[in-house]
Amino acid sequence: METPEGIDLILRPASLPPRALAFAVDLAIRGLLLGLLFIAFALLGKLGMGLGAIVTFLLTWWYMVLFEVLNQGRSPGKQLLGLRVVHDDGTPVGWAASLTRNLLRFVDFLPFAYGLGILSCLNHPAFKRLGDLAAGTLVVYQETPSPRPPLPPAEPLAAPFALSLDEQRAILAFAERQGSLSDERRQEVAALLAEPLQVAPEQAQAQLNAIARGLLGPT
Amino acid sequence: MKQSQFESRHQSDWQAFAQQLQALERGKSKPQHLDEFAGRYRHLCQHLALAEARGYSSLLVEQLQQLVMRGHQQLYRHRSPLGANLIRFVLGGFAQLVRREWRSLLTASLLFYGSLLGMGLLVYLFPELVYSVVDPEQVNQMEAMYDRDASRLGRFGERDSGDDWVMFGYYIMNNIGIAFQTFASGLLFGLGSLFFLFFNGLMIGAVAGHLTQIGSGQTFWSFVIGHGAFELTAITLAGAAGLKLGWALLAPGRWPRSEALRLAARQSVQLVAGAILLLLLAAFVEAYWSSMTSIGSTIKFAVGGGLWLLLASYFALAGRGRHAPH
Repeated sequence: METPEGIDLILRPASLPPRALAFAVDLAIRGLLLGLLFIAFALLGKLGMGLGAIVTFLLTWWYMVLFEVLNQGRSPGKQLLGLRVVHDDGTPVGWAASLTRNLLRFVDFLPFAYGLGILSCLNHPAFKRLGDLAAGTLVVYQETPSPRPPLPPAEPLAAPFALSLDEQRAILAFAERQGSLSDERRQEVAALLAEPLQVAPEQAQAQLNAIARGLLGPT
Repeated sequence: MKQSQFESRHQSDWQAFAQQLQALERGKSKPQHLDEFAGRYRHLCQHLALAEARGYSSLLVEQLQQLVMRGHQQLYRHRSPLGANLIRFVLGGFAQLVRREWRSLLTASLLFYGSLLGMGLLVYLFPELVYSVVDPEQVNQMEAMYDRDASRLGRFGERDSGDDWVMFGYYIMNNIGIAFQTFASGLLFGLGSLFFLFFNGLMIGAVAGHLTQIGSGQTFWSFVIGHGAFELTAITLAGAAGLKLGWALLAPGRWPRSEALRLAARQSVQLVAGAILLLLLAAFVEAYWSSMTSIGSTIKFAVGGGLWLLLASYFALAGRGRHAPH
């Protein structure tokens, strides 16, 4: 999706399994709450009955709406699974859209166990259920900052020849991500570049790290 | 410029921006702290574009992208101050909306009141028909509720009189639940809304016809006329909203179906919001006014008729002024 500033933003829509899990968590939370509250209300007698009816109503129809609007598009279940609801343009979901998508949950649930919702979800490129289609909303993964691993120590070195942008990115990515590769695999990957770098295959890895350092900082 | 220089030069900007974002996301930021927000955001966008164009490390690009994304969400969020919107809606927006959607409202009303009156008349003329629609047990319950000697009327009539709360809660849950169903099932090409409108009309008509026929008519009608204005209108509104959804799917016009649905839903959900307001009013009236027996039925009829008139004139007149809130 492109913003008015000419920047491309990446929204990653969440597929069925995490959404179903998030819903299960929400369902469990609501069930638990209702159970506890009903025990409490039973002690209050008739006033409790009235309150119980109101609370059941609130939890059935408004739980999702309130959490989504007031908590950055995340119900507790979605928060746990790292999901959030946004408008199609990536902005936080508002009252009208949230109300629409959650009222239409009733249809998604038909004929049983979210039958229509699942069908629609599996058939849509952005995994939208019917309520999402009507409300113009998306369920996306919450972006989490990934830690930046330090580069392996090496003496900065200029590349022996001019690098294209893609090559530059690839070398940096290799240096930054080598923590997740085994030693042998690192050797193997680096050795592919031994010939153009004009070094022995065993030294290719150190050479690449040095070039990555050189790309980052002063040579 | 090398990546490390770039980072050390702008790191402080990014951190300041991230702090502003955090405050905004928690909803705790003060306007005077936001002076530089837009400027910082644009700088950040430029930095991201530079970082991408210069082939900086993908982790740095990712980090900037996340910041831009969060900034975008805050800068372009759809502000909806609930209180102000609600007041504008009640003062005239709702009536305007209903007038604009008169076609679906007319369809829903014809169906609902048509089945209500038709069934009422049928049951009045052929009393045994009521048992083909309503359970015999329920019929007995209804008869007991609207017994002329009852001290308290309504669905909780047999309970003692202090518990208006119980009824209030019950009415809210039951009625708004029905309204929501009527609306949502409209997504099934309008069929669900048609069904619920027709079905609810039949049920209410059958009960009304039966009670009138056995002679509890006066108690019944004086009970329902007060909150009926709000309750029945709300059901037809919810039905109209559902029909609009269904119609958008059946006849999307120049739009693709998904787009037509989205546009229709935006209007429909406002109708539903209006229906919710009406139902809250109805529950209040039903629990605290309609169920009182100390007031004569003449007064009840007068007040009930007044409420119908009030509602009708609201829909007909509100929000028409030149200076109507827009």
